[in-house]
Amino acid sequence: MTQWTAEQPIVSIRDVHKSYGQVEVLRGISMDIMKGEVICIIGPSGSGKSTLIRCINALNDIQAGSIQVEGQEVHDAKLDKLALRRKVGMVFQQYNLFPHKTALQNVMMAPIKVLRENPAEVEARARALLKKVRLEGKENHYPGELSGGQQQRVAIARSLAMRPDVMLFDEVTAALDPETVKEVLVTIKDLAADGMTCILVTHEMGFAREVADHIYFTDRGVIVEHGAPAEFFTNAQDPRTRAFLDQVL
Amino acid sequence: MAHKSGVPMVPGNLPVLLPFAPRGPAHDEFFLVRWLGAIPLAWLTAAALLLPAAVMAQSGGAAESPLDKLLRWIPFLFVQGFLFNVLISVCAMAIGTLAGAFAGLGLISRNRLVRMVVQGYVSFFRNIPWLVLLFIVLLAAPFQVTVFGTTIPLPSWIKTVIGLAIPVSANIAEVVRGAVQSVPTAQWEAAESLGFTRRQTIWQIILPQCFKRMLPPWMNWYAILTMSTPLCSLLGVGEIISLTRQAMEAEGNRPELLLPFYGFALVLFLVYCYPIARLTMWLERRFAVKT
Repeated sequence: MTQWTAEQPIVSIRDVHKSYGQVEVLRGISMDIMKGEVICIIGPSGSGKSTLIRCINALNDIQAGSIQVEGQEVHDAKLDKLALRRKVGMVFQQYNLFPHKTALQNVMMAPIKVLRENPAEVEARARALLKKVRLEGKENHYPGELSGGQQQRVAIARSLAMRPDVMLFDEVTAALDPETVKEVLVTIKDLAADGMTCILVTHEMGFAREVADHIYFTDRGVIVEHGAPAEFFTNAQDPRTRAFLDQVL
Repeated sequence: MAHKSGVPMVPGNLPVLLPFAPRGPAHDEFFLVRWLGAIPLAWLTAAALLLPAAVMAQSGGAAESPLDKLLRWIPFLFVQGFLFNVLISVCAMAIGTLAGAFAGLGLISRNRLVRMVVQGYVSFFRNIPWLVLLFIVLLAAPFQVTVFGTTIPLPSWIKTVIGLAIPVSANIAEVVRGAVQSVPTAQWEAAESLGFTRRQTIWQIILPQCFKRMLPPWMNWYAILTMSTPLCSLLGVGEIISLTRQAMEAEGNRPELLLPFYGFALVLFLVYCYPIARLTMWLERRFAVKT
């Protein structure tokens, strides 16, 4: 394998197929994501969006095709999963914070236990990250004491504490109250502005239009159409895309 | 029609299927503490006060009442007898919990062979009658074992501890498995996506979360175990029931001794297990709301 350089796609997905039993969820998906890009994947429910990004950090396996992160094949039996997960952070729809740990401990846990870093350094970094997601003063609160939007921002900080190169967001605002959606989106926008490579599955069309560099529309396991947001939202070519956009916009 | 099928009809409303609630005592993992904890404290107090009166009434004005005879034996029965039962139950629970924790992890192992072997152990020992198992252990285990040249004697009471610890471990294994599986899979995924290994996930993320959930059923099993320690009297271990029988024999084995002597043993178990049962029910209610 040749050495990966920053000019090459940081995530490269080639003809990925995935099925659950008889149901084919992904039927040949390909995309290239460059470092620092913000990608939004949109599409109707059940079109395979979430499955796709779960495949990128090997939470799901694939039946055929290839996914490479920084030139490293993800679905390789010999894959060093820890090395992959240091590079790829993931935020879930349901936050999935560890309920028995405080916000600060949630953020500190993985770097200390998994990367075996110095606890004092990790704590300083964790406090800075919580400040960055605007949760100063909530360090010692348990997840149960925080609102959905606050929990989701802790989850983002927890992922960032591993210093990933790519962040995956799986419908991170779908479970939130409308008034807290914005605070999470602002956090993601800050991240994107800092140059983090972000791959989002989202239903927030306005947000996608504002921050995405590239939008992919998936339906029934294939990419129907993709393009820059301005082009995509005003001049969609495929009738399926137009039908979907008519419904959600 | 709705009446005949057992679906309750509310006048003026559509027939609805109400949640099905079986009648009679609930046979779940809390059956013992539920039953014990449901006894009002006032009843217990009343029974404890009535017992001496009943004993008096039976004695028929003999020179020395059975109650006086019991009083003479109480220190012996409590210290030599009941505390020994407590010792047996604590030892058996400690061993059973430790073995059960590992067996519980074996039940969720990713190794099929380990899972099958442990599942066999758990199914077998959860269903075998405890007394049968006690006899088997007593007769099959040697009276001493030699480890690295030192000979350790195995008295009967140690054997009964082992005999009681085995079924307890099988049941604790189920408690652990159930608690681990009650943690949402999303927690596993979150840990996995952060790079935790399976072992780290279990010990640092999953088990700490289910500790609270394991506590009430664990205490339930402790109460069951404590109440089962009189089984050891059948194996000649000098616990409270054996000693009570011996004390009655020493007092002439008169029928009016049965009620005070066995009644005293009963009260001891009740006084010991009742708070455990109440506490367990309270913990269970508290955790049920919070999760």
